[in-house]
Amino acid sequence: MKICLVVDDSSVIRKVARRILEGMDFQIVEAEDGEQALGACQQQLPDAVLLDWNMPKMDGYEFLKALRRLPGGDRPKVVFCTTENDVAHIARALHAGANEYIMKPFDKEIVEAKFQEVGLL
Amino acid sequence: MTPYDYDYLRKLLRARSGLVLSADKHYLVESRLLPVARKAGLFNLTGLVSKLRGPDSEPLIVEVVEAMTTNESFFFRDKVPFDHFRETIMPALIAARSSSRRIRIWCAAAATGQEPYTLAICLKEMGRELKGWRVDILATDLSTEVLEKAKSGIYSQFEVQRGLPVLMLIKYFTQVGETWQIAPEIRSMVKFQPFNLLNDFAHLGAFDVVFCRNVLIYFDQETKIAVLDRLARVTERDGFLALGAAETVIGLTGAFKPVAEKRGLYAPNPLGTAAYGAGNIVSLSNPARAPVATGAR
Repeated sequence: MKICLVVDDSSVIRKVARRILEGMDFQIVEAEDGEQALGACQQQLPDAVLLDWNMPKMDGYEFLKALRRLPGGDRPKVVFCTTENDVAHIARALHAGANEYIMKPFDKEIVEAKFQEVGLL
Repeated sequence: MTPYDYDYLRKLLRARSGLVLSADKHYLVESRLLPVARKAGLFNLTGLVSKLRGPDSEPLIVEVVEAMTTNESFFFRDKVPFDHFRETIMPALIAARSSSRRIRIWCAAAATGQEPYTLAICLKEMGRELKGWRVDILATDLSTEVLEKAKSGIYSQFEVQRGLPVLMLIKYFTQVGETWQIAPEIRSMVKFQPFNLLNDFAHLGAFDVVFCRNVLIYFDQETKIAVLDRLARVTERDGFLALGAAETVIGLTGAFKPVAEKRGLYAPNPLGTAAYGAGNIVSLSNPARAPVATGAR
């Protein structure tokens, strides 16, 4: 079973994402900020990361850059999932190594489409 | 809504659009037509049917047909047909049309435009390969309302995220407030026109590629056969027909046959007739001369 790390400081968003991704046969690991997420990745690299941008301690952008520097950190597919819905943020995310980008609000169809796009389904 | 009202609506929709409603679609009819009734100042569907039966009801009939036949569409919907378009259809046509350098594509159920724009994006991505070529995309739909939206090229954040890779989004769309508008260079590649698939196609001319996806499923057997046979008459002999994942020509017509190992893709069958029976499969082993019949299944 593929592992997806869901990183978001909102427990509601994590719960919604968990429900959608479990329906897509992912095993879910949760983190509420970038720092916690990086700790989880140092223990075990996930197959996918669903990543919020704005979070306390370490934001999604900084986490992504740190993840990509880890040994094997280029492997997880990272899909941003954020309210930062402008082209500048999208371009920055892609430049830092994001594979796809979801603009909140999202639904099951969007998550499925994006995960399919990056070859996770 | 009485059984008589439902029966009237079923007959009206079948005659005007080919849409076949089974006896258990009351909920669908109510959910789609109650807003139309309310907009017309009517209390319920019985009132709507009375008005439809009365004089000067044509504009209301159009609204009813459009409300029932408008369906959701996504960019790169189902993905596979667009892989076929890039990897099978276009290479075969580029080889076959090297002297005329002209390709005509018809999206026969274009809805809100995502399918023709997806094809236009695929063509744009081919870049220099199509330099000096003229590729026309005609996009038609029964509903003038959805075509207006299609022409505007403006989509919600939800719509651009279903199937459209983010790289394509930032490359070919401009953010306008909370919506996204497709680039003029893509919009100008598509010509939109209202058209009812129940009508004669001859005046549209001949096409190298026809995308007619997720529309035949709403028709009865007789209408499916008639539409497929008319499509065969406007599809070039070495052209292609793309149908939806739940649709097929098998058992309906011999005028098209499946392209081997390309699900949902069909080619005109030179040996076939309107009547079903010639069941060859097309092989594209030699795209320059495609399609070539390879023998009986």
